[in-house]
Amino acid sequence: MYAIREAVAAFRRAPILTALSAGMVGLALYVVGLFSLATYNLQIALAAIEERVEIVVYIRDNTRQSEIDLFLTEIMDFQEVSSTKLISKMDALERAQRDLPEFGQLFLDSEVNPLPQSIEIALHPGNRTPEAIAKVVKAAQGYTFVEDALYGEEWVDRLFALRRVGLATTTAAGAALAMVAALIIGAALRIAVFARREEIYVMRLVGARNGFIRSPFLLEGALAGLTGGILALGLTYGSYRGVSTYMLDVAWIPFSWVGIGLTAGLLFGTISSAVAIHRHLKKV
Amino acid sequence: MIKLTRVSKEYPHRGYALRDVSLRVNKGEFAFLTGHSGSGKSTTMRLIHMSDRPSSGEINVDGYSSDHITQRDLWKVRRLVGMVFQDFRLLPGRTALENVAFALEVTGTPRKAIPARANLLLAQVGFAPKKDALVEQLSGGERQRVAIARALANEPDILLADEPTGNLDDQATSEILDLFWDINAKGMAVLMATHDLELVGRHPNARIIELDQGRLVSDSNIMQAGTH
Repeated sequence: MYAIREAVAAFRRAPILTALSAGMVGLALYVVGLFSLATYNLQIALAAIEERVEIVVYIRDNTRQSEIDLFLTEIMDFQEVSSTKLISKMDALERAQRDLPEFGQLFLDSEVNPLPQSIEIALHPGNRTPEAIAKVVKAAQGYTFVEDALYGEEWVDRLFALRRVGLATTTAAGAALAMVAALIIGAALRIAVFARREEIYVMRLVGARNGFIRSPFLLEGALAGLTGGILALGLTYGSYRGVSTYMLDVAWIPFSWVGIGLTAGLLFGTISSAVAIHRHLKKV
Repeated sequence: MIKLTRVSKEYPHRGYALRDVSLRVNKGEFAFLTGHSGSGKSTTMRLIHMSDRPSSGEINVDGYSSDHITQRDLWKVRRLVGMVFQDFRLLPGRTALENVAFALEVTGTPRKAIPARANLLLAQVGFAPKKDALVEQLSGGERQRVAIARALANEPDILLADEPTGNLDDQATSEILDLFWDINAKGMAVLMATHDLELVGRHPNARIIELDQGRLVSDSNIMQAGTH
């Protein structure tokens, strides 16, 4: 109860300082929020590209339907495979005429359909990796009636290299930003502790327990962190709305990320405050 | 009650503030700790309050030894030892009553009991009428009374006063000394550091302990014991 009263009283006594602490926390976390927004949208973009990763197996002409059916059954046994789709010679021709109109007449003039039938194999999300793709391709190539199995090897390798670089960069930059935010929060709360050094001195003078001295500062730190987190959330949402309305369509970060951000603000505030008050109590 | 055994205190770059001091202050005693500036009076006070630790030797306050007490338990000593200073060290922006109430609150007095207890403490030091005045509006003597009321908040066994009259005029000094004697008459030991020998001379019943350059050079108790 004392801790709550003192934390509220501290705000009343020095509202500008408290607002400044929360503001600094808010701005530090806002940068983290913007970064999260960018990272999340980059992830969505990469996932959309990944969705297009599929294997196309070309079947030799005159392959028996029973052999194809067996292949479809066996390939579905791979845990990496999510679905298969048989494209008949006729379907292939229709698709070619639709997708490649400049060659439309050529297809019509031809008496024999030159396009082979094929099977499109889609993979589960998370299994669209070069290793998983190679495994399925190798298995498909083991069937004698399979003429070829293609998946755009070079393109997939590049995509995954880009993903690895993206992940490493976002992890490092995110950690650095979080650390900067923690340092800023720590500085803000050290100012708050310094502003109340006389009270701390009197508390120790008259025999207050250390836990009693610490508790309002911890609560104040937690409140500053949480308030800063909410402020950062508001600023990030405002930026998201601005970008969505005037620049490009972006997605809002998931609710779980918001929760993690607010919890991080609360923890940063509490821990920074604990460090600041611990240092101060060691000095006086 | 308070026992210093061969206590020395050395500060980095400043050398020894106290050298090999042994003394004992008993329950209900009134003693002046005298000496020039830099003689070690304030260091002795800080060591008894355990705001600082000795470089060597031992301080014992009501059974709590400086050799064994942990950081976590220091509050126990500080509730046994009330302390006042020359510069009062009251919290600005708060009233006299709030300053005393603050000490009660942070040492765990039940919230409902605080107003009555703070008023009583201020009444004990003769300060009831101006209890709602901000400390900035009070005279030096008045501020010292508030500081004494705060020091008594935990009903300590001993009151340490470090040059408490240094900023006061003669009238206020005399009133504060009278107050210390009143407090002492109720059984509390008082140890007052002062460089004002003229003031000390006005209180022949008090014990006088003299420090010089960190050493104990005379103690009226020992001298009396020697003459008898």
